[in-house]
Order: sequence, then C-alpha cells, then structure tokens
Amino acid sequence: MDQEYDIFELLVGRDEDEDYKKKPVIIQGITGSFGSTHSRLMTAYGTNIVAGVTPGKGGQTFEGIPVFDNMAEAVKSTGAKISGMFVPAPFFLNAAKDALDSGIKLLVAVPEHVPIRDSIKVLEYAKTKGAKMVGPNTPGVIVPQVMKVGIMPAQPFKAGDTVVFSRSGTLMYEVSFNLTKSGFGQRLCFGIGGDPINGTNLIEAFNMIRNKDDVRSVVVVGEIGGDAEELLADYLIETRFPKAVVAYIAGRAAPKEKRMGHAGAIVYGNYGSAESKFMKFEKAGVPVAKRPAEVPKLLAQKLRLQAE
Amino acid sequence: MRLLEFQGKELFSQYGISVPAASLVNSRDEAIQAAANLGYPVVLKSQLTVGGRGKAGAILKCKNASELLPKFDDLINKEVKGELPRGILVEEVVDIKNELYLSFFLNRSRRCYSLIASADGGIEIESVDNKVIFDIPLEGLSPEIAEGAARKLGLKGITPTAFVDFTIKLSKLVMEEEAELAEVNPIAMLSDGSLMALDAKVIIDDNAMFRHAELKKYEHISELEEQAGKSGFSLVELDGNIAIIGNGAGLVMSTVDMVTDAGGKAGCFLDFGGGATTETIYEALTVISKIRRIRGILVNLFGGIVKTNLVAQAILDAYKNNLIDVSLFARITGAESEKAKAMLAGSQAKLYDTVEEAIHEVVNQVS
Repeated sequence: MDQEYDIFELLVGRDEDEDYKKKPVIIQGITGSFGSTHSRLMTAYGTNIVAGVTPGKGGQTFEGIPVFDNMAEAVKSTGAKISGMFVPAPFFLNAAKDALDSGIKLLVAVPEHVPIRDSIKVLEYAKTKGAKMVGPNTPGVIVPQVMKVGIMPAQPFKAGDTVVFSRSGTLMYEVSFNLTKSGFGQRLCFGIGGDPINGTNLIEAFNMIRNKDDVRSVVVVGEIGGDAEELLADYLIETRFPKAVVAYIAGRAAPKEKRMGHAGAIVYGNYGSAESKFMKFEKAGVPVAKRPAEVPKLLAQKLRLQAE
Repeated sequence: MRLLEFQGKELFSQYGISVPAASLVNSRDEAIQAAANLGYPVVLKSQLTVGGRGKAGAILKCKNASELLPKFDDLINKEVKGELPRGILVEEVVDIKNELYLSFFLNRSRRCYSLIASADGGIEIESVDNKVIFDIPLEGLSPEIAEGAARKLGLKGITPTAFVDFTIKLSKLVMEEEAELAEVNPIAMLSDGSLMALDAKVIIDDNAMFRHAELKKYEHISELEEQAGKSGFSLVELDGNIAIIGNGAGLVMSTVDMVTDAGGKAGCFLDFGGGATTETIYEALTVISKIRRIRGILVNLFGGIVKTNLVAQAILDAYKNNLIDVSLFARITGAESEKAKAMLAGSQAKLYDTVEEAIHEVVNQVS
C-alpha cells in the first residue's frame, strides 16, 4: 500500500533526533481569529510553532512567532515539514499547493466546507510530492501530553496506549474523555474528518499504527455516510489486524437523504447506513458501543477477552 | 444541493443533452395549456427531491384531456415521504425502444469520480448485474473511456456514437458544475438509435456553491434553515418535539440517537459549531424558538475551551426576553460549570453532569 506513512515520525520524531518532540510546525492563517486563538493554545500545549503565514502580513510577528507572506519563505527559514492549515475554505486549494510546493510533508487541513473537487486536487498533488494530508474538516491530531496540531481542547486527553481515529471532532473529545476517565490514556487521537473525501482514510490510519508496539488498542469513532467503516471491517478481517478494536457509530436515528451537519454524513438507501456498518463490524469482531460512555467498558471487555 | 428533475434537465439542455419537451406548471390552467401545447399523451411528474417517485405514484400518464385535471389535482396535493411537490412537470411521451442507465458519482472510497453505465435502464442500479464502472479523472471523461464503455455495454447502430457524445457532455456538466452526482435513469434509446435523458438526478456540492452564482436560483431552503445558515449553524428539522443543540455534528447526531433510545423524539438537529459564546447560544435558541412543535430543549455541549457561565447567561437572557418558554436541560462540560449551575438555579433550565441524566429528564418532561 503506497499510502502508508509514519505519523509519529512526522509529528514527534525519533529519540535520536535533535528536535525530538519539538518538530517544527507552520500555521497557515496564523493571524486570523481562529488561527491565532489555536496557535496560542497549541504553543501552550507544547507544539513547536516556528512560523506563521498570512499573505500580506510578512515581516510581522505573532506572539514572537515570525509571520511570512508565503510558505516558500516560511519553510526556507525554518525547515518545517508540518503545516497546520487554518485558512478559509475558498483559499484552501491555493494555500495547500503553496505548502506542498515548498516542501511540506504533512498537511493538517482544519477548514470545513472545502469543495470536494479541491480536496481531490490537493490529494492528487500531495501524492506527486510524497506528502500526506489529514482532513479536511478535521479537528487535527494530538499526541497527548506531547503536542497537537489542530483545534481540540487539551483537557480530554491523557498519554497512554490507545489510539482514537474519529470522523467527528467533538465526538473524538467526548470518547477520549471517557477513555481518560476510565484509565485508558491515548497514544494518538486523530481526526479523519467529516467530509466525503479524507486525505487519510480509516484504512490508511490503521496501517500507520498496526505495527506500533506502544499501541495496545484502537477506538474508531465512525458515523453514517459512505462505506469507510465497512471497508475498514474487511481490512481488519483480511489482514488479521493484531490489536483490540472497538467502535462507536453516530447517526443511527438520523433520517435518510438528510445531511447531518457533516458533508459526509448522509445515507442513500442502505449505502452509508448505520445498520450496514454495525453488521460489518460484527463480522469483524468489533464491538460497537451504543453511546460514547460505553466505549471504555467495551474496550476493557475486549482486552480481557484477548488476554485469555 | 439536490436539484429537482426539471432543474437538472435545464442543466442537461445547457450542455446539449437532449431531453423531452416539457413545461413546469403550478396550476390547473397552466397544466391544461402545457398539455395542449405538447399534445396528448403526456406524463405528469411531481417535482420532489426524494427518491422513489414512480413507486409512490407521483408520476402519472394522461392519455387525454379528461384524465389531466383529476391526476393533476392528485399530484399537486400529494406528499411523498413528507415532501410536497414544488410544481408538476408536464412532459411529452416519447417512443422508447430501449432504456439505458448512466451515472457519474463521487466515489468516496476511491477518492475520485466514477462512471456507472448499464444497458438495463429504468430500474434500481443496485439490482443490475450487467453494468460497467470506470474511474474518471478530474479533467473529465476521455472519448477512449466512453468508447470502451459503449463496447462493453454491447451497444449497436448509431447508439455507441450517441452514447459517447452523451457521456462526454454529462461528464463536462459534472466537472464544471461540481456535481457530487449526476444520474440519468433511464436514458431512452429512441427508434432512430439516438439517446434522450428521461430523468435527471443531480446533486451539487454545497461547499462549491460560492463558485456557482448561476446555480443559486435552484436553491430551496426554508426561512429557518436560511437563518441558521447565516449564523453558521447546521440545522436539520426532524418531526419530534425535543430540540437538540450541541457543538459538533457528530456529538449532536450521537445525542439524537440517545434521545431516540430513551423513547424521545428529536424535533431538530442544531450544530452551532465551534466557539460557544453568549451570542451564538442566544442565536441558536432564537432559531429553536421558531419551531412550534418543540416542547423541551436539550443542550449537549462538550467544551474545554468554552466558559459555561457564558452559555448560562444566554439561556437566562432567552427566558428573560420570552424568547423561549419550554424547559431546557443541559449537559455542558467546560470551565466554570459550578458558577453556571448557580446562575441557572430557580430558572426553567437545569444543568446535569452527564448527558444521560439530561436526556432522561427531557424525555420525562415532554412525554
């Protein structure tokens, strides 16, 4: 699979790296109200934000962080490989191209309402540059107690050996918070995104962590729409995925053919229905929680069963 | 945005795809006039965004003038899956030799556009065995791919050429208008082997609408949805009596599920997005206040960055200004939640530590 990538190496690095746990990050849209709020919070969490980009504001600084007009200058002066994108959706395509042309290897695409065509274009372009994208319409990624690139609050997350992959932002916080309260810390929480097109899909996400010794279990937070969960279930069966997996799926009471907030959360006939996802997960031996608070209980059961 | 059939066919015509002669009518007089102009027989088609019109009896053929008005009256007042028609399309009846199926759709798992075609049109494509599927690049369909599809479908006579022409035009429409889906079921093969679109199901990417001012005229949203949209909220009206508000689409969906499990009926889904301030919550309550059937409000807000006392202030303001008069049950995590609880004491609003408790209370209250 050519989509494989090591998210930990990109975000955190290796022990021997000089900038281990301090990988430089650039924020595109750092001076906007959204970008500035979250840049402050990310920095406070431990993220090493080395530069910001806002066209027309080059030469200024934001909280001591230099601001550049474009990504070429920002990357040249910092060597960053990660960009947190906080630009409005209509500017996403050009901002992403600017980042990819400048050598960025990981785009964390926060904006919601990106046209589908633009997402596909960026994804195709990223492929030619050997770069990866998370999102769009993602809360971002967090390595608890190390760093985060995105808009998630800090308080739900705690370091540990569970990984959370989520199609929804607030549900990622909610489920992680429930895990934290029950003693399941997280190695990584990763927002797949609420759009129909995801830069990193569930299977690619699972591939990133399948051989990680410090990951013991995985929680997938899915929702109605599309067939990502169904394909993931097939993947889990076919590849004999080696870790404990539990799931939660939102939207089973939603009416058909109504877009439930997320661009990707819509059911056509049986395609994208919660029932279809439940059935496939059942086949794959993945327990599905009825509500977010039930996730830790199912995870504990699953781990107990696996230990036997 | 899902276009109505007549809107989709307008787009088809702009791209040179042939469609039957037709007029959209809203009154009996218009229907009589349109049918007379076309000549009998005609077919009356309810303009709805929901699928399954044929099965629901929302497409009726009229052999002569005496059948027209009873059938028109039947259709114009007929709800299908809760939706009333936005006009009736009066269309000529064409002589069909054969039916094909064609659609371009956003292939979510393959992250590209795909084409599906079949020589068995007129039925649901899921149940068709004889179909071809191809991935389509963003630049659009090449004649080579279209010719390959025509060959695989075993088309004969002038139809392969007509098919290539038809699919390339439809592909152009999909790419230029940024459609998520353009489905033609069926395409009629006429006696001379030429092709005509008998139906049109087109969905435009809502997020691309800022580039398509010309499609604005097709937008059909309720006043309430418009108001919600202006505030940056996502609103879906549902048929129950409990309003469900929260920050994040997934969280609100999840709350709707749990309310349903508890025996309650959600009356709306309202995601007010990130950043809860006194203003956003007050705006959300303003939207809710306009939905008459609501008997209770459930707020599920997962904060962290949110200051819950700001939320409590909005709720108090809404009661003080008589914006809302039903009880409100809230679960709000975030800073200052003790302060928020104290603020709301004695009001019609109550804060709970878990969403399960809040749901239990709201369901009890409304039933």
